[in-house]
Amino acid sequence: MAVMRNAMRMAMFKKAVPGKAWLATMALLTMTVLLHSVSAIAETVEVRSFGNPVTEQRYRDLVGTLRCPKCENQAIGDSNSPIAADMRERIYLQLQDGRSDKEIIDYMVNRFGDYVLYNPRLEGRTLLLWGLPAALVMVGVVVLIVLVRSRRKARMGALTQEEQQRLAALIKREGDE
Amino acid sequence: MKRRLLLLLPLVAFLVLAVFLYRGLSINPSERESALMAREFPAFSLSTLQDPQRKVDASLLEGQVTLVNVWGSWCPTCRQEMPQLLDLAERGVRLVGVDYKEQGADDVAQRARGTAFLQQFGNPFEVNIFDPDGSLGFDLGVYGAPETFLVDAEGVIRYHHTGYITAEDVDQIILPEVEKWQ
Amino acid sequence: MVIETIPEIGHFALIIALLMAVLQAVLPLAGAATRRPLWMAYARPMAAGQMAFVLVAYGCLTASFLLDDFSVITVADNSNSMLPWYYKFSAVWGNHEGSVLLWSLILGGWTFAVGCFSRALPPDMVARVLGIMGLVSTGFLAFVLFTSNPFARMLPNVPPDGADLNPLLQDVGLIIHPPMLYMGYVGFSVVFAFAIAALLGGRLDAAWTRWARPWTNIAWAFLTVGIALGSWWAYYELGWGGWWFWDPVENASLLPWLAGTALIHSLAVTEKRGTFKSWTVLLAIVTFSLSLMGTFLVRSGVLTSVHAFANDPSRGLFILVLLGITVGLSLLLFALRAPRVSQPGAFTWLSRDALLLVNNILLVVMTVTVLLGTVYPLLLDALNLGKISVGPPYFNALFVPLTVILCVFMGLGPSARWKHMKGSELARRLGLSGVAALLIGAVIPLLYHGEWSPKVSIGLVCALWLVLSLIRDLWQKTSRSSTSSNTRSLDTGRLNAIKRLTPAYWGMVLGHLGLAVTIVGVTMVSNYAVERNVRMGVGDSLELAGMTFTMTALDERRGPNYLSDAATIEVRRGDNTSRFVMTPEKRLYIARGMPMTQVALKPGLFHDLYIAMGEELDGDTWAMRFQIKPFVRWLWLGALMMAIGGLVAVADRRYRRRLAVKEPPLPSPSVESSAREVRA
Repeated sequence: MAVMRNAMRMAMFKKAVPGKAWLATMALLTMTVLLHSVSAIAETVEVRSFGNPVTEQRYRDLVGTLRCPKCENQAIGDSNSPIAADMRERIYLQLQDGRSDKEIIDYMVNRFGDYVLYNPRLEGRTLLLWGLPAALVMVGVVVLIVLVRSRRKARMGALTQEEQQRLAALIKREGDE
Repeated sequence: MKRRLLLLLPLVAFLVLAVFLYRGLSINPSERESALMAREFPAFSLSTLQDPQRKVDASLLEGQVTLVNVWGSWCPTCRQEMPQLLDLAERGVRLVGVDYKEQGADDVAQRARGTAFLQQFGNPFEVNIFDPDGSLGFDLGVYGAPETFLVDAEGVIRYHHTGYITAEDVDQIILPEVEKWQ
Repeated sequence: MVIETIPEIGHFALIIALLMAVLQAVLPLAGAATRRPLWMAYARPMAAGQMAFVLVAYGCLTASFLLDDFSVITVADNSNSMLPWYYKFSAVWGNHEGSVLLWSLILGGWTFAVGCFSRALPPDMVARVLGIMGLVSTGFLAFVLFTSNPFARMLPNVPPDGADLNPLLQDVGLIIHPPMLYMGYVGFSVVFAFAIAALLGGRLDAAWTRWARPWTNIAWAFLTVGIALGSWWAYYELGWGGWWFWDPVENASLLPWLAGTALIHSLAVTEKRGTFKSWTVLLAIVTFSLSLMGTFLVRSGVLTSVHAFANDPSRGLFILVLLGITVGLSLLLFALRAPRVSQPGAFTWLSRDALLLVNNILLVVMTVTVLLGTVYPLLLDALNLGKISVGPPYFNALFVPLTVILCVFMGLGPSARWKHMKGSELARRLGLSGVAALLIGAVIPLLYHGEWSPKVSIGLVCALWLVLSLIRDLWQKTSRSSTSSNTRSLDTGRLNAIKRLTPAYWGMVLGHLGLAVTIVGVTMVSNYAVERNVRMGVGDSLELAGMTFTMTALDERRGPNYLSDAATIEVRRGDNTSRFVMTPEKRLYIARGMPMTQVALKPGLFHDLYIAMGEELDGDTWAMRFQIKPFVRWLWLGALMMAIGGLVAVADRRYRRRLAVKEPPLPSPSVESSAREVRA
């Protein structure tokens, strides 16, 4: 289905694409869609029953945001290592006990350190981590304002009446392109 | 001139980053300090490996500097560590073992495995805490074996060693640490 | 005799290639500085020779793999006589030494291509560009020879057989993933070389950007495909149904992609309008620097990653020195030579110039965010401030809002004019698209899931806004022309107008639509993916998302080298329109005693079904995992569209035409004669 549809959509541009790249992308596309049965590393499937969907979602969020301390770089929800299984079990039990997310996270941090938090806490040492992107957005806004203002002035000051008209005509032509 | 300085900004940012990357080359990212450092040894109440009836708790570790070693018969590196632990015991260091996550069909089989391990490779431990489901290990933040904790006379964790203790470690790290907290 | 010495021939070829790379770098650069045409003329032949010898070396290594020469350490460690020939072929780059050699080969290939397609460029420009690429080649070939020699022998104790290729790498996706990624990484060296050449030559007009644009697009397209392949591979091979983990190695490829995307747009502004010249130069340097840094992060082991590559501190140090020299000198040159005064190209708030500026600012913030998150644990560790982790929650929390803002401006961009446009006019053109996107985006979650979800709506509104504003723009661009040629009927006029739209425009449309498609995929699969782990025996069934999964049989099978438990699951849609069977298996490979999960995956345009068998629980029941991944294919289809868009734009005639017309280098006899012919 998808292959056909995309093949049709792309056939419109066929001329424009260099021949070999076209073939390669088609092959890729076909592969992406047609792959069937696959083998993976043996995985563990844990059958747990949660009282309600909210708890189940909290469980999923927690196992997705805590890092397995033993593995290279995996969330405990994605890891087959025994310690990750232990941690999942504790989380499940504590959720059944009615503990809050914060309590559960603190429980884990108390034992394994901040290292297990994929979502680092906002504190002194992580100020730059959380603050820099926001600061950069601010800087960006300032740069934008300054630049547009100066460029707008340049336009207003520099052109005579006649030039303005020619400019308008040019703009019109460019816009048509 | 001001603009020229502004143009230097990317270079400065890169140089700072490069310094950190250089430092990063000599850092082992998988080595990290225990979260329990300078905190009290977690509370527990478990039986000993030898005697299912004998319950021990954290008071076991008070009054004397103790090395708590987490081991298991399933762990090959624990075997390699045993000679160093025996050496430490001989030099008068008090050792307590935690038999961590012993495998086996039932309690008896699990204990048999742990005991067999000690018979084969030697027993440097004054007591072995039996922790088949890894609950004490979990509270200690253990995620593999062997791991070793140095607990001072007040029962506070003072040093943590991940992985097995080599012969050099005994002289260069463990013994000095033991003396430091005596 | 010859066969026995293949590795030595390869090694020797590599040494010659290094020497030629040195000549390719030094002579033309010196020649351009001192205006000696003869020296400059060394650039092309040396580039071709360098590539040829790297190719010979690469061919020798491939031959060693195909001929099972286990006296070569690289072969012994990464191949096996039983490995099928195509995996032997791909095993060449399935290891550190070979992949760095492939890196060098691809760099040689790009250099050679630049040499071939630069006939119309001024000779000093060509000399500088090829010279700079020669410098990069020199660095990497030295890296290969001095720290990662792929031809090192294990003598005299030749192992009888090799250790085999990592089974995870024995896979189609992973065969083509690294070459694609490298094509992208290395391809950015071209625009980098052009930027540096422009700085060195003091030619900071818009010309270099026009020459560099096609190369940048191609590199970007390859990188896009490479990243998509990596994500696709993780999805089906790692077995957890995830498609992006914000792992340092993934981030290392995303960084140059983000910077490269910003670069593509800023090149457009500089070429068309002659503004932001210094900025574009800086972006070109940064994009390639991030490619180099990606290589460093992956190869040095300074960051823990789930992708375990063989690491070696001496190699890390070598790449860091290489990185320091390349990036440090480039940025120093930039600081010294970047134009002091910017040209006053005037524009106002709602001009395309300003919108592209917003695009660049946002993409740069995204790049910095990913870089910061990736190296922050390292920074704290180096300062002895403890070990922390930065993972998906951090990146998502910052990336999602930034993408949303980006989309808002992205919708405006194509419709806005250069320099100046009245707000009222823009609103008149795009108002309807905006309102429609908001309404449809708000309603779809209700229709699809029966419950309103702000997250889904925001994602869909963004995607719809991109699509609808593009459609409106297409309509606008074709209807204007049809009124001007008012003698024809409306339909043929529109058709003609569509034909007149340039490949560059179509490339933009495809690229933007691709992003919209990817956003739909991300939104739907992140919010509507369903996972259920159940205990199941024969006869049991599960209702999930309007489908019924029934286990109809459970049997033991015997494969050639494994035993397996296979479940037959019949899947029925609620309305009985379709019914099919899926068979997940749990295999035990007898020789290694290794259990493997054979996931049953049913891909579809609107959802993937994913069934995995866990463990036998008791008697005849098994733990089974059922997953429904809605719209997950859209992620990669969107990426493919973006890549194709990038390639389509290259076909624009403009690049070739202007190259020939505007920059006549030296009037060569052939050009003159053909010009005379034209006049005659």
